[in-house]
Amino acid sequence: MYDQNQDSAIFSGNTEEKHSIIGKRLPRHDAWEKILGETKYAEDYKLSNMLHLKILRSEYPAAKLLSIDISLAEQLPGVEVVLTAKDVPKNETVTKFGQTHDVGGFAGFSRTLADKKVRFMGEAVAIVAAKDVKTAAKALKLIKVDYQPLEGVFDPEVALKEDAYKVGEEETNLVCNYKVRKGNIDEGFKQADVIVENTYRVPMVDHAYIEPESGVAWMGEDKVINIRAATQVIEHFRGIAEILEIPHNRVRVIAPMVGGGFGGKEDITVETFLALVVQKTGKPASLTYTREESILAHSKRHAYVMKYKTGATKDGKLVAMEAKLIQDSGGYIYLSPWVLLYSTVNATGPYDVTHVKVDTCSVLTNNTFGSANRGFGANQPCFAYESQLDELAKKLNMTPLEIRKKNFLHTGDALATGRVLEHAVETEATAEKALAALGKPTEPWAPHIKIGQGLAASMGSYGRNNFIHDTSRSYVGVELDGTVVIRCGVQDIGCGQCSSLAQIAAEVLGVSLNDVTVYYGDSALTPLAGTTTATRQLYMSGNATIKAAKVVRSNLAKIAGEQLNANSDDLVFKDHKITAPDGNSLSFDGVIKSCAGQGGELYAIEQFNAPAKDLINFKTGQGQVFSDFTFGTIAMEVAVDTETGKVDVLKIVSCFDVGQCINPLSAEGQMEGGAIYGLGYGMCEEVILEKGITLTHSLGEYILHSSMDVPKVQTIMIESGGGVGPFGAKGIGEPATVPAAPAFSNAVADAIGQRIFDLPVSPEKIVKAIHNI
Amino acid sequence: MKQYPVQFKVNGKSREVLVTADETLLDTLRNQLEVFEVKNGCEQGDCGACTVLINGKVVNACLTLTVQISGKEVTTIKGIGTDEKPHPLQKSFHKHGASQCGFCTPGMITSSKALLDENPNPDIDEIKKGISGNFCRCTGYTKILDAIESVANENQS
Repeated sequence: MYDQNQDSAIFSGNTEEKHSIIGKRLPRHDAWEKILGETKYAEDYKLSNMLHLKILRSEYPAAKLLSIDISLAEQLPGVEVVLTAKDVPKNETVTKFGQTHDVGGFAGFSRTLADKKVRFMGEAVAIVAAKDVKTAAKALKLIKVDYQPLEGVFDPEVALKEDAYKVGEEETNLVCNYKVRKGNIDEGFKQADVIVENTYRVPMVDHAYIEPESGVAWMGEDKVINIRAATQVIEHFRGIAEILEIPHNRVRVIAPMVGGGFGGKEDITVETFLALVVQKTGKPASLTYTREESILAHSKRHAYVMKYKTGATKDGKLVAMEAKLIQDSGGYIYLSPWVLLYSTVNATGPYDVTHVKVDTCSVLTNNTFGSANRGFGANQPCFAYESQLDELAKKLNMTPLEIRKKNFLHTGDALATGRVLEHAVETEATAEKALAALGKPTEPWAPHIKIGQGLAASMGSYGRNNFIHDTSRSYVGVELDGTVVIRCGVQDIGCGQCSSLAQIAAEVLGVSLNDVTVYYGDSALTPLAGTTTATRQLYMSGNATIKAAKVVRSNLAKIAGEQLNANSDDLVFKDHKITAPDGNSLSFDGVIKSCAGQGGELYAIEQFNAPAKDLINFKTGQGQVFSDFTFGTIAMEVAVDTETGKVDVLKIVSCFDVGQCINPLSAEGQMEGGAIYGLGYGMCEEVILEKGITLTHSLGEYILHSSMDVPKVQTIMIESGGGVGPFGAKGIGEPATVPAAPAFSNAVADAIGQRIFDLPVSPEKIVKAIHNI
Repeated sequence: MKQYPVQFKVNGKSREVLVTADETLLDTLRNQLEVFEVKNGCEQGDCGACTVLINGKVVNACLTLTVQISGKEVTTIKGIGTDEKPHPLQKSFHKHGASQCGFCTPGMITSSKALLDENPNPDIDEIKKGISGNFCRCTGYTKILDAIESVANENQS
């Protein structure tokens, strides 16, 4: 199959048309609602007489919290309640990592409202609930907090020192560390003919979804607290219940369509604040963060310092890689140990390196806390290892593609962690195709314009750590008129999570996409499907849905087989018909009615379990962490104005092996959006903090790409069929963004002949590099 | 604070509200009139999610005071097209997969409509400029540009 739409292309090993719905360029089943302005996001849901919340946030990144006086605020007419740490039933929680598998000592201490010691600027101190937003805002100003500012620590390397300021009370600043060892690193460097050693720094960045954090909550007549919020994780109902000290089944979380997540709505944001007010007052409540509050107070992608020493033989073979990664966890731990684990596994990239020594650690500071962000720890080391490869290539007088081709991992090879890649690994093909599509360099149009081309390859996992024994459940049912219903607790954050499930069920049952309705994201009513994170929903819930759809199909096939006098396995479900090999067929709804008439089961609910084997040993760094990886390459061409440092990105090509494309419109959308999301990381995005104080607290100061700043992205998909998702699919959401930043910085280095080691590669840094300032 | 009566139209329908002088059109639309298709993204004029047309011209509702629009006509995405009669831009956004999370979509299509009303045959740079006030974090703009270009090309032929 060769599917050509404008510049995009799909290369598939399959020449025959295997599917009628899968792989088709279909608008999502729920696309019209969004395009007509009908979709009800978190803030578009109002309840009568609901209270409006505002959160008082710490003015200091590090301070002793001496006292809080809420009496004036409480007395303001229209204020319903003011809550501080002492009002939270269980304000201090500790999340153990590993869930079902003991992975070692680290545990995530967290507070709902600040107490004793403030750990980052913007930490929540008090909640005000009032009759309207204006009154709540006014009440915030009447709360008197007595802080004793403390020195704090803002540099993770300084925070690691023995006599450093302590961010917490009991904890050390060191959150956790991991290591990976392969071969003998000293021996490796002895074998190396060239060695490059550099330190790379990547900044904290924001998710900058267009929809800010928002939600409403109300008390049900059954005393269940209902929360409808913009979240990637409805299963936070358990954690929220624990903070409220009520049973898990007394909290329900509903995720409506989410206006972008990217990992920033993976941790709890507004939910607990809302639930506390509902618990206290019995009244409905609403809360939407301002943009400033969103940038100040929700998680960020972690800043890292990365020291890489990489050695190669004169033929370009990588013989040694020593990497030390220091992650700035910020004021709280949240998902830092998980993110760091991903970085550790990804530290050597999609390359076969003979001798490896990787040491990573996460450190508390008084900066905004870090947590999940699209790529989840794969992005940071990719910038470092891909920069190192270009530096080696330069020394060896090789092209960037030549050195990579000598080192790419292939199916059957092992990562430095010992994990054998048993599924498809098409990195080399993606690099060749991406570079070929980039074509010959554009001619510079003025003496001060320098053209550069660069590429970066990457690996990115899909599916969560397998030691947590990840599961997803999905319900598939057929109605008497031949329509199909899916109930699945996925959160749809814009990637088409629901529509992909609809396509899978439509394919298996032989109906059209618009015949499927998907009920999603409700912890009370839809079977729990886990988080919409870790690029796991197509893989996990897709597999659960295909499993359930096949059970329903088999129930119907049994009855149809009897009526058609054919073997039920030989029947074809297509176009609302069930057809036997002899050409005789029955209508889909007719068979459903027969099945119902016999008391047959018209539905199935199935669970998919991610495989969990050869689990990683954290002491040795050997073993498996992920089910599989998605491999790909992004190539870019840039024009650098050497007078101003301004860069125009002329071309972007993104090529990934997606296993099996479920829907080209959605998969291309992930690759195009992923490339630009990652380009922002490389080119302009940075949450700037000065001693823990955020300076970039609006979308005017935090620089995002507008339509004028970027070219269209050309996408090329390879369909190896070798993924572990439904129909052989691999996940693409997060992997698609990973190599964009180093592709950009490599292109700039190619243009100006010098490398910039700190992201973002801004005009200022380029001018300084060119003029040696 | 003193309240002022203000009369204006939303998608052809007359509306009358009482507002303080500092109330933004975004607040009035969402909180008084339940016009939820106009999105709140930043309230600072940076993101474009609250884009509406006032007498056919593009504005950010969050930077417009309701007292300023007395007697004027506000058009939102729902005034541009409906389920029965979608605007060609909406059909094109649908066909090209130009909406992902969809939160920027109402504002994005509204800006695109204003652009095409003014210039039915824009080139790619004019299209990029026309929607430069509307951030999209999901699509990378590629499919949005494809969708608008496709309508512009139809206008040309």
